[in-house]
Amino acid sequence: MSDRGERLVSDRGERIEVRSDQDVVRVRQLVRTVAVAAKLSLVDQTKIVTAASELARNTLVYGGGGTVEVDRVDNGRRQGIKIVFSDRGPGIADLDLAFTDGYTTGTGLGLGLSGARRLVDDFDIDTAVGQGTSITVTKWCR
Amino acid sequence: MCSATPTRPSSRGADVDRVPILKIGGILLVSIQIDMADQVALQLQEDLADRVVTTGCHGVIIDISALDIVDSFVGRTLATIASISRVLDAETIVVGMRPAVAITLVELGLSLPGIRTALNVELGMELLAQERAVPPLLLEVEDGEVEDGSAS
Repeated sequence: MSDRGERLVSDRGERIEVRSDQDVVRVRQLVRTVAVAAKLSLVDQTKIVTAASELARNTLVYGGGGTVEVDRVDNGRRQGIKIVFSDRGPGIADLDLAFTDGYTTGTGLGLGLSGARRLVDDFDIDTAVGQGTSITVTKWCR
Repeated sequence: MCSATPTRPSSRGADVDRVPILKIGGILLVSIQIDMADQVALQLQEDLADRVVTTGCHGVIIDISALDIVDSFVGRTLATIASISRVLDAETIVVGMRPAVAITLVELGLSLPGIRTALNVELGMELLAQERAVPPLLLEVEDGEVEDGSAS
C-alpha cells in the first residue's frame, strides 16, 4: 500500500471454478468479503455482489461453466474490486440484443447482463462466437 | 454480512438444503436465513405450493430480512411463489427487505410487480388479517359504483 500506482492490491486474486449453483453462492460470498475489505459502502457492496451473482450464473448457465477471479484494485485515488468472469461457451452473437432488458435465450428474466452493467462502474465484455465470453467489471469506492 | 453463511460451503451434489416453513394459525411463515443456491430457491417454491394446499392457509409471509442480496433469480422465484399462491387462494407478502437490497433491485431493473410487501413480519401479519376481515359485501359496494341510483 506504499506507492500509489494503478495496480492490484494483492499479488493475485482469488479464483473460483464455477461448475454448479453452489459455486455461484461461493462467488457471492467471496465478492462480499473482498468488497468489505476494499471498504465499499453497504449499498455498493450489495450492488457488486448482486452483479456478480447475475454474471456468475450466466457463466454457469450460458457459458457451461467457467472461472471467476476476484481482485482488490487501487487506481491511486480509490480502492475498488475487480471481477473477471470467463467461460469457453458459445459466445454472444449479438451484443446489442444481449444487453436489451428482457431479452433472453434461456428461461430467465433477461435482466442479468443489462442489470449487472447498471450496477457496476466499469464493464468490459470480450466475446467471440464459438470461443467464449470474458466479462470484467469494476466497482470503485465513492 | 454475518447473516448469510452457507450451510454447507464445501459440499456439492448432496441433498438440496431446505428452507423451513412454519404454520402459525392460518399463515405460513418462511424466514430465509441462508444464502440460497438456485436449487434451494426452486425447492422452496415447490414446498410452499404443497404446504398451501395441504394446510389450506390463506396467507404466506416470506421474511427476507436476513438476505443481503436479492438477485433476479431469487426475485423471480418470489414473484412465482406469489403467483402460485394466488392461484391456490393464498396471498403472499414479502417482508423485511433491506434498504440496500431495495435500491439494488430497482437499479437491476426488477421492481417486483405483483409482489406485496410489508416492512416486517408483524405488519405483514396485520395486513393479511385485515384482508381476511373485510366482509365480501363491503367489497361489492366499493366496486359497484352506486349503480342502483340510491345515492340521490
